[in-house]
Amino acid sequence: MLTLSGVGKRYPTGDRALTDIELTLPKGQVMALIGPSGAGKSTLIRCVNRLVEPTQGSIRLEGTELTKLSGQKLRQARRSMGMIFQEYALVDRLTVMENVLSGQLGYVGFWRSFLRRYPQEAVVEAFRLLERVGLPHAIDKRADALSGGQRQRVGIARALLQSPKLLLVDEPTASLDPKTSRQIMRLIRELCAERDLAAIINIHDVALAQQFADRIVGLRAGQIVFDGLPSELTSEMLTTIYGEEDWDTTPEPLDDEADDSEASSYQRGLPTMAAGSAR
Amino acid sequence: MPVSTNSQGLPVWRRRTTRAQWLQYLAWLAGVSLFLLCWKMISDNTMWVFVEDAGRQGADLISRMTPPEWGYANVLWKPMWDTINIATLGTAIGIIMAFPVAFMAARNTTPHPLVRSAALMIIVSSRSINSLIWAMLLVTILGPGVLAGIIAIALRSIGFVGKLLYEAIEEIHPTPVEAISATGASRLQVMNYGVLPQIMPAFAGISVYRWDINIRESTVLGLVGAGGIGLQLNASINSLAWDQVSVIFIMIFATVLVSEWVSARVRHAII
Repeated sequence: MLTLSGVGKRYPTGDRALTDIELTLPKGQVMALIGPSGAGKSTLIRCVNRLVEPTQGSIRLEGTELTKLSGQKLRQARRSMGMIFQEYALVDRLTVMENVLSGQLGYVGFWRSFLRRYPQEAVVEAFRLLERVGLPHAIDKRADALSGGQRQRVGIARALLQSPKLLLVDEPTASLDPKTSRQIMRLIRELCAERDLAAIINIHDVALAQQFADRIVGLRAGQIVFDGLPSELTSEMLTTIYGEEDWDTTPEPLDDEADDSEASSYQRGLPTMAAGSAR
Repeated sequence: MPVSTNSQGLPVWRRRTTRAQWLQYLAWLAGVSLFLLCWKMISDNTMWVFVEDAGRQGADLISRMTPPEWGYANVLWKPMWDTINIATLGTAIGIIMAFPVAFMAARNTTPHPLVRSAALMIIVSSRSINSLIWAMLLVTILGPGVLAGIIAIALRSIGFVGKLLYEAIEEIHPTPVEAISATGASRLQVMNYGVLPQIMPAFAGISVYRWDINIRESTVLGLVGAGGIGLQLNASINSLAWDQVSVIFIMIFATVLVSEWVSARVRHAII
């Protein structure tokens, strides 16, 4: 459905952000894009909806060449790509409903949007989406009155009101706590399944990526170095993507273990207990 | 600061290098010298004979101004009303014209760099000329009266409001704008949804602040014939009716006080 071939981006400063990206995303697939900061993850998804102009290659969405579009055609193409942002990117001084309805801006004319006279179907759909993401009570609140998780839900509803075919998700959980992160990822996952949407999700949390994505692509210094199933992502692969690090997640032994065996066994006991209660 | 060590071999940290420190002392010396030089020039050019009896002259003026001739206030209500109208209408017209200019002048919303230069040109030329001078020009063109005053205030306000507003536009958060663009919104829609809500508090604050300034400025426009209470002020001063002048001063003071209060309240309510 989405095909990137030979995509490259060089910023005017001369920095090469992306080199020769080859990627095909079938319909309905949720793909996680991982990689160190500065690897070009954000640049890659922004090249798809042309918030950043790729300098090379071609990007096709269902047969439409996106890199050549401009004006009205570009706006129409952007409608079919919903974007979800790291810091939610809501307009703080507008209400939740206005923020959600702004997902319709590609469909309605200027005066209708200026006077907030949206088509009835769009309003019904907005109510339905707010219900679906769990915020039916917050319609008239200002966006800056919500918590992080709630804001991200508004961001998701806005993206879905575009009736997209593809979701571009940029670090959706980077500013959220672990529990909210999981809830948001699960919500995105479920919505993609319900609507048969493809998604590219930039994410730093490898564990979340492995749990919620169908496929993982690893980016390093602007090049794809891994492309496979979540189960294929081994410690060696992580080292290739991120660089040398001890990827073992079990707690490291404490230095003073030998001195006071009773105290240290108590300390070692704690994390396991905590983990157990979380499950 | 280059790394150096003291006699015990510990690293030393100073905020500036020795050279930079001396340069700073030198800059201070130059500044203070310039100030003293100016002081001396002013003092040499002052005719101290006039200054010596300043106390007596001042006391004489105050004695002529008191008691204020309160009855004169009845003549002043109409010009005072004119003054407030000049300020309010002038501000409104100025804001309406400044709004598009600000969007054209802001780096992130301008349609083209050339348009930006033109908009900046408008802002600079409006700002470089004082309202009183605008009023003098307009009285020559339009004849004396309130209209000249309104347009003078409007023309001066374009630059002020335009400059502060375009700075506010350049300081907005870029991500909401990005998000609105990503929905497929048109340029105007991006301005309406992404930019406008973010600059609304600044816009309200700037407008009310300019209105407040304009109330004060419009009180003097009458000096050059552009209507308002300045006309009366000029007449009273020319006829040496100092007890009338003091009534005018008190009225201007009261009006400015009220406008300050109103603008503080409005700003508080909007932000």
